[in-house]
Amino acid sequence: MSGNDSIKKILTVAVLLCVVCAVFVSTAAVMLKPAQEANKSLDRKRNILAAAGLLEADASVEEQFARVTSRVVDLRSGEFADDIDPANYDQRKAAKDPAMSEKLTPEDDLAKIGRRENYAVVYLVEHEGELDKVILPVHGYGLWSTLYGFLALESDGNTVAGLGFYEHGETPGLGGEVDNPNWKRLWPGKKVYRDGDVAIGLVKGAVDHNSANAPWQVDGLSGATLTSKGVTNLVHFWLGEDGYAPFLNKLKSGEA
Amino acid sequence: MESIKETLTGPIIKNNPIALQILGICSALAVTSSLQVTMVMCIALTSVTAFSNLGVSLIRKHIPGSIRIIVQMVIIASLVILVDQLLKAYAYAISKQLSVFVGLIITNCIVMGRAEAFAMKNPPLASFLDGIGNGLGYSAVLITLAVIRELFGSGKLFGFEILPLVTDGGWYVPNGLLLLPPSAFFLIGLIIWGLRSVRKEQVESPEYRLAKHTAAGEGV
Repeated sequence: MSGNDSIKKILTVAVLLCVVCAVFVSTAAVMLKPAQEANKSLDRKRNILAAAGLLEADASVEEQFARVTSRVVDLRSGEFADDIDPANYDQRKAAKDPAMSEKLTPEDDLAKIGRRENYAVVYLVEHEGELDKVILPVHGYGLWSTLYGFLALESDGNTVAGLGFYEHGETPGLGGEVDNPNWKRLWPGKKVYRDGDVAIGLVKGAVDHNSANAPWQVDGLSGATLTSKGVTNLVHFWLGEDGYAPFLNKLKSGEA
Repeated sequence: MESIKETLTGPIIKNNPIALQILGICSALAVTSSLQVTMVMCIALTSVTAFSNLGVSLIRKHIPGSIRIIVQMVIIASLVILVDQLLKAYAYAISKQLSVFVGLIITNCIVMGRAEAFAMKNPPLASFLDGIGNGLGYSAVLITLAVIRELFGSGKLFGFEILPLVTDGGWYVPNGLLLLPPSAFFLIGLIIWGLRSVRKEQVESPEYRLAKHTAAGEGV
């Protein structure tokens, strides 16, 4: 065994092993890349459809996604920015890039996200040639983590069609109940704006259905006050003036 | 034949890597809240342990003593990256749930421990079987944990409803603690206690005894 510890042997073993392992790992990475990319895009499409409440379990995701057009919106002006290809635009990366985002003042930063990206990818769902739903990516801070999800609105820009999160790190069983289908079912049909202000939000406990405010209220998550607040805040931010409000107004009046 | 069986099944009860050697605890806490994810983790860890043992054993006579740990790490890391890539390509949803824990197999003490303690001194076939055996020992504990945690924490097994939850209109009030990582600590403790009550030879002799503070009757 003493021959193994000569410098020459050590270097030979180290170099050979590294070369063999490097070839092995990179071959695997290159060969599996197409399958991984396909999975990633399928997963994103599934999340978008699930958030909009359009996902049907028995049809293929690709087929269902055929009704959806992705377009980039300039959040500063609220207009479509078609010079950016939605397929190549990474919104989450842009939100961290100073050249692609704006710093928010603490008063404006309801969702506690620090910076807001200048461009967002929105998804327009069409039904028989008419605009049916708009799906907007949203994110904001809950109790422990940033929640990433999609909010779907009906074509009037004022009625919620669905809300769902595809990534978060909230407490399982408490804040993690944002994934509970029974809770998500409460969102469709709720109204967003009242007299031009964002009024929708979570209330503590259950909503009193006889109250005049009921159309703007959703049951809070029990045992998860801060996650509930976080969800209210992020919806307020993204549907407000710093979020999609300019775009939604232009979309309604047909100017976008 | 007897020794093959011993290498393969010994680590399941008699010399369990988690319950006796107390290795690989962190992933046992992290991934056991759902049975499906746990099964994938067990398969991943078992194959990494088996193949890293095989690889280390094949070149054991040429590994210089001074860099042996690094050599083992390179082999283990390459295998873990391969497993991670495969999961991303063929089991995307599960790989997202396992996230960082597949990568952390690299630092799993069981894999390193078996490479250093067994594969460095034994022929390839025996090392491969030892890897599978230890993987099975790890899996046995993880699957037990996952069954308890998923069944009583969310009323399901493999995602199918077994105990209908109150929130879905059933009768079962789930135990939320079981969904949090610390619950696995309590369960592993109970498993170790149970195992050592039955198999007394696993009980370690105490390394020291506390001296009595006071003699009887002194403090009165």
